[in-house]
Amino acid sequence: MATVGLESKTFEKFADVVGHDDDLNYLNHDHSVLSWLFTLDHKRIGLLYLVTITLMFLLGGALAGAIRLELLTPKGDFLTADTYNKAFTAHGIIMLFFFLIPSIPAVLGNFLVPLMIGAKDVAFPRLNLFSYYLYFAGSVIALTALLLGGVDTGWTFYTPFSSTYSNSYVIVMAVGLFVVGFSSILTGLNFIITVHRMRCPGLTWFRLPLFIWGIYATSVVQLLGTPVIAVTLGLLGVERTLGVGIFDPRLGGDPILFQHLFWFYSHPAVYIMILPSLGVTSEVIATFSRKNVFGYHIIAFSSIAIAVFGFIVWAHHMFTTGISPYAAMVFSLLTFSVAIPSGIKVFSWLATMYGGSISFGTPMIYAFGFLGLFTIGGMTGLFLSTLGTDIHLHDTYFIVAHFHYIMVGGAIMGYMAAIHYWWPKMTGRLYSEFWGKLSAGITFIGFNFTFFPQFILGYLGMPRRYYEYPDEFQVLNVFSTAGATILAVGYLMPLVYMPYSFFFGEKANSNPYGGSTLEWTNTTSPPSPHNFEKTPVVTEEPYHYHAKEAAVVSH
Amino acid sequence: MSAIKETVQDHGQHHHKDLAHHFDTLEQQHDANTLGMWAFLLTEVLFFGGLFAAYTIYRYKYSAMFEEASNHLDIKLGATNTVILILSSLTMALAVRCSQTGNSLWTGRWLLITIAFGLMFLGVKYFEWKHDYHIHLMPGKDWSGKDWWHWQYAKKAKDMEKEAHSKGSAEHSFPDRKDVLADNDPSLGVRGIQESQQARLFFLLYFCMTSLHALHMLVGFVLIGIIAYFAYQGAYSPDYYSPVENIGLYWHFVDIVWIFLFPLLYLLGAHMGH
Repeated sequence: MATVGLESKTFEKFADVVGHDDDLNYLNHDHSVLSWLFTLDHKRIGLLYLVTITLMFLLGGALAGAIRLELLTPKGDFLTADTYNKAFTAHGIIMLFFFLIPSIPAVLGNFLVPLMIGAKDVAFPRLNLFSYYLYFAGSVIALTALLLGGVDTGWTFYTPFSSTYSNSYVIVMAVGLFVVGFSSILTGLNFIITVHRMRCPGLTWFRLPLFIWGIYATSVVQLLGTPVIAVTLGLLGVERTLGVGIFDPRLGGDPILFQHLFWFYSHPAVYIMILPSLGVTSEVIATFSRKNVFGYHIIAFSSIAIAVFGFIVWAHHMFTTGISPYAAMVFSLLTFSVAIPSGIKVFSWLATMYGGSISFGTPMIYAFGFLGLFTIGGMTGLFLSTLGTDIHLHDTYFIVAHFHYIMVGGAIMGYMAAIHYWWPKMTGRLYSEFWGKLSAGITFIGFNFTFFPQFILGYLGMPRRYYEYPDEFQVLNVFSTAGATILAVGYLMPLVYMPYSFFFGEKANSNPYGGSTLEWTNTTSPPSPHNFEKTPVVTEEPYHYHAKEAAVVSH
Repeated sequence: MSAIKETVQDHGQHHHKDLAHHFDTLEQQHDANTLGMWAFLLTEVLFFGGLFAAYTIYRYKYSAMFEEASNHLDIKLGATNTVILILSSLTMALAVRCSQTGNSLWTGRWLLITIAFGLMFLGVKYFEWKHDYHIHLMPGKDWSGKDWWHWQYAKKAKDMEKEAHSKGSAEHSFPDRKDVLADNDPSLGVRGIQESQQARLFFLLYFCMTSLHALHMLVGFVLIGIIAYFAYQGAYSPDYYSPVENIGLYWHFVDIVWIFLFPLLYLLGAHMGH
C-alpha cells in the first residue's frame, strides 16, 4: 500500500522534508549487542519490550491451550486437578501482569509518545531503561516461581487460602509481581511527565493525538493504582511468613479487606489494559477513514473519565461477599456509569467513519474486530453490574467470557491493530497485507468461536476454575476448544509474516497510510536516533483531513 | 504544509553542561525533574495508603484494644523522634536553600547533618524495638494461633514497669515466662484470645508501618549521601540544583509520613499520665 487517497501529494511533500532514503536510523546506527542492552533510546527500549512480552504471550497462550485441552472432555484426563489450578493461575498472571499491562504502553507507548509529541526522548531515559530491567527481573522471578512448582491460588491471591493454606510458591510469585509493578509505576510516571513537559512548540493539550490521551489516562491509573497492590502483596507476604492474621479471620483479620485492597488496583488495571487500545482505535479509524475524528474533545475527556470511574467501581467484584447492600447499590450504579464514556467513544468512532473515505488496511480490519468485540464485552459487563443477575452469573463462565471479550477481544485486538499500524514506522518495512488481513479475520472468527459459547455455558451454570464439568456442557466446550485452535492460528501467523517483512519486506516510505500525526509527517521510517531533524512546531489540531482535502481540491 | 513548520533551532547547539540532550532548556529540565518527584511521591502516598486503610478499618473495629495496645508504646521516645525528624527537615530545607544560592560547601554540610539526625532517629527506634521485642510485642511465628500468653506477658511487664517507676527505681526486671503461663486463667480463654489477636493486629500494623518508614529513611541516607558527595564536588549551582531539591522533597515526605504515624500509633487514648 503506497500513499493513499486524495492527499498523497501533500504527504509526498512532507516526505520530501524529512527524506526517505537509506539514512542512518535508530535501528542501524549501532549494531552491537551492548548498544541494545544499554540503550537509552525510547524506540529501542520499546523493541526490547516487544520481544520480551511476545515471549510471555506465547507462554501464556500455551497455558491457555493446556486449559482448553483439559476442558475438551468432562472428565479430568489431561491435567490433574492440582496442575489445572496451577495452569489457570499461571495463565492469568502471565497474561495480565506480564503481557497485557505492559503491551501497548510499554511497547508502543515507549516508541510513540516522544514521536507523537515532537520530543527527542521521554523525560527520564535512564529511568525508562531501568523500568525495562525491572520488568525483566520480575518476569524472571515469576518464571522461577512457575519452574519451582507454580502457584495454585488463582491470579487473585484470595486470602486466607493464599496466606495460610496454599502450599505453592505464593511468596516468590508475589515478589515477582511486586517488582514488575514498580516497572509499571515508573513507566507511567515517565509518560505523565513526558506529556506534561516535553511537548514541542504549539502542541497544546487539545492538539495531542488521541493515542496520547489514552496513554496519559493509563499512566495515571498505573501511578495511583499499582502501589496499592504492591503493599497488599507485601502484607500477604508478611502474613504468610510470620503467621499473623491481618487477613485471616481465624486470627482476628478480615479477608474482605484483602479483596478491597486487591480490587482497588486490579479493577483499574483492566483500564490500564483497555485505555491504550481505545487510543489506538481512534488513530487507526481516523487515518483509514480520512476524516477528522468526530468529537475529539469528548473522546479525550472520556479517556480521563474512564480512568477516574475505574477507581470507584472496584467492589463490583465483591457483590457476593456479603458487603453492605447499600455499598453494593452505589458500586452497581457507578459501574453502570462506566458505560457512558465507553459508549461515547464507540459512537464517536462510528460517526468518524460515517461519510469517510474508508480503506480496509490490516490495522483497520483489526480495529473493526476491536469495535465489535469491545462492544459485546462492554454490554455483557452491564449484566454483571446489575446486582440481581450478578448473583446468578458470579464465578461462572459468563464472567470468563465477558472479561476475555474486553481483554482479548478488546485489548489484544487493539494491540494487534497498533503493531500493524505502526510496524512500517518501527521497522521501515511493509508486511504482507494479504496475510495481515487473513490473520485479522481468523483471529476474529476464532475468538468468537472460543468465547461466545462460554457466555451460554456460564448462563447455564458452569462454574469457572474447575477441571471437570457435567456431561451436558461438553458440546459447547468442544466448540470453545475448537475456536481456541483457530484463534491460536490467527495469533501465530503474525509471528511469521511480521519478522519475515522485517528482513525481506518492501521498504516503507515515511507515511504509507497517510497518517496526520507527527510520527508520520515529520520523521523517516524508521526514525533517526534523535527522532526529528528539527524540532517540529504544530499549528493545528490533529486529524486535519478536511483542511487538507480542501487544500488539494483548490490546488 | 500549513500544519507543521520547522524551527531553525537545531539540537546540540549552545548546550549548558548540565542540560541533558533531550531537553531544550534548563527550566524545562528542572520542571520535568521536580514534577517527576511529585508524581513519585503521589505513588508513595498510595503505597503507604494501603497500610493506612488497613489501620483505619481495624482501629474502627477494635478501637478499645487499639487504645490499650497503644499504651504499651513509649510516648516519650516517639515524641523525641518527632522532634528529631522535624529538625532534620529544617536542615534539609537549609541544604536546598544553600544549593540555590550556590553555596556548595554548606549544601554538603547540611545534607550530612540531615543524615546525622536521621541516624539519631533510627537509633532511638532501635532501642524502642528492642524493648518491644523483650516484652513480646513483636509479632512472629510463635505469636500465632492460641499463643495468647504473649499479650499477657506484655501486660504484666507493663505493670512491673509501672510498679518500679512508682517506687522511684529506674531499673526493672522482665516477668518470667513461666509465671505468665502459670497465671493463665482458663476462664479468660476466649476473651483472652480475642484481646491478644486484636492487640496483635495493632502491633503488626505498628511494626509494618514503622519499618516501612525506616526503610524509606535508609534509602534516603544513600541518596542524600550521593548528593552530598556531588555537592562537595561543586556539581550544583543556581542554574542546576534540582537533585538537591528533589531529595529534599523526598525527605520531607518521609518526615510527613512520621507526622501521621506518631499520633495514630502513640497517642491513642491519651496516656500521657502513665
